[in-house]
Amino acid sequence: MTNAAMNNEIIEMTEIEEPVSGSRGHRINMADLRKGDEAESVEKQKICLQINNLNLFYDEDKQALFDINLTIPKNRVTAFIGPSGCGKSTLLRSINRMNDLIDGCRIDGEVLLHGENIFQKTQEITDLRRRVGMVFQKPNPFPKSIYENVAYGLRLQGVRKKRMIDETVEKSLKHAALWDEVKGRLHDNALGLSGGQQQRLVIARAIAIGPEVLLLDEPASALDPISTLKIEELIAELKEKYTIVIVTHNMQQAARVSDFTAFLYMGKLIEYGKTDRLFTNPKYKQTEDYITGRYG
Amino acid sequence: MIKKDAHTQHISKKFNKEMEELKSHVLEMGGMVETQVHDAIQSLVEADSALAESVKRNDKSVNVMEVSIDEECAKILALRQPAASDLRLVLTVSKTITDLERIGDEAEKIAKQAIQLTESGQAPRGYVEIRHIGEQVKRMTSDALDAFARFDAESALAVAQKDKVVDMEYSSAMRELVTFMMEDPRSISRVLNIIWALRSLERIGDHARNIAEHVIYLTYGKDVRHIGLKKMAEHVEAKK
Repeated sequence: MTNAAMNNEIIEMTEIEEPVSGSRGHRINMADLRKGDEAESVEKQKICLQINNLNLFYDEDKQALFDINLTIPKNRVTAFIGPSGCGKSTLLRSINRMNDLIDGCRIDGEVLLHGENIFQKTQEITDLRRRVGMVFQKPNPFPKSIYENVAYGLRLQGVRKKRMIDETVEKSLKHAALWDEVKGRLHDNALGLSGGQQQRLVIARAIAIGPEVLLLDEPASALDPISTLKIEELIAELKEKYTIVIVTHNMQQAARVSDFTAFLYMGKLIEYGKTDRLFTNPKYKQTEDYITGRYG
Repeated sequence: MIKKDAHTQHISKKFNKEMEELKSHVLEMGGMVETQVHDAIQSLVEADSALAESVKRNDKSVNVMEVSIDEECAKILALRQPAASDLRLVLTVSKTITDLERIGDEAEKIAKQAIQLTESGQAPRGYVEIRHIGEQVKRMTSDALDAFARFDAESALAVAQKDKVVDMEYSSAMRELVTFMMEDPRSISRVLNIIWALRSLERIGDHARNIAEHVIYLTYGKDVRHIGLKKMAEHVEAKK
């Protein structure tokens, strides 16, 4: 771009009053920019998940989550951060009812996925988990071929047409930024892939069945820095299509990839807001102490 | 809002030490710059060209200090990835030392005027203004540095408010000196030396105000540049 053209663009950008589409598909509201850190625009986003008064008990006397209220916006990345044992994974797992598998676990309150409570009796759990996919800390591909790993969910759903499966496998692998690396060896065993590749394969498997929400529990903590960057890059691309909730111990990672950040401490939601604001000017001392590495 | 001892409570003791050192280096540089301003004004008012020469020489040390503190900042950013108040401290330091270095430059300019004046004979007018405005901007600079040392946004606000007074006195001094030059054209070149020195003092006031604004950002995380004194005061009041 020539200098003159760039200048014109700058002038245009500064003159615009109405919300415009930014270069990465973000909606940039000039009024928000001017207001700076006061633009706490969680409320202005389209809502994907709404968590209301969520209390979770592992035992009668062991409460893991205390009265969590949280709105997770659509097509955005929301990060949960907090020290070990603060309940962030528990909260993440509540969103697709993984905690149901734990004996004695009791949950009060509600999680609304597009307005419907996922805990209601009529909610079919397989349908919920199709809509809310999950990726774990350690890559866990099935001991099958790369192709079969991605096709597995589709076959479970009863898709039989080979052409359709082929297409979805290719599309999902492309979405997961893995296609170019594996297209020549789709029928090799998935366990032969590197850790970073396996993790992207697992993400491809999760998105093959067309979820609305992706839950990522420490998706990059077992990976080397380059694979980590690839996963982060992938997250930025995936949010165009999915709503992403990520749990991470790596605060720089949370700061880089997420739009909104929730800080949890001892099972309570301490602070929730725009990532940029939370990492430069947190409202509460506990958040400040945690993100700056001080004694709590 | 952050407290004065906020940078000594990290889990990493080495990080605590780095942050403390960073702060004390800024204050050290601030002390150097204050002396420079003081000496420059004195050299001009008392026609002491030897003192003026030493001000010119010492400006080099101020520059060296700026570069080395900037390196410290870059190192902390790269190795520690500071967040929140730590990040704000590093950013504030990086900006503050730029303003301090410029204050040093202005002091050097005043010293140059002092040398010219001693060579061409004393100026007939303007020493009272130099002394008066000089005292004020010196106080502003040291108050701004105190505010930085204590993370005290309220006294930083007071510094910013004082800048307005200095600006007003500067323009009234300027009017008076212009009138004088019109009445006595032979004095123009010497009065111009005074005007340049006054201009430098006024700029020092502006830089002190900038530092004060950085301190408010450091303390409350609110960027108060370019919003006017009234709004600035409202923000400080609101966060108190």
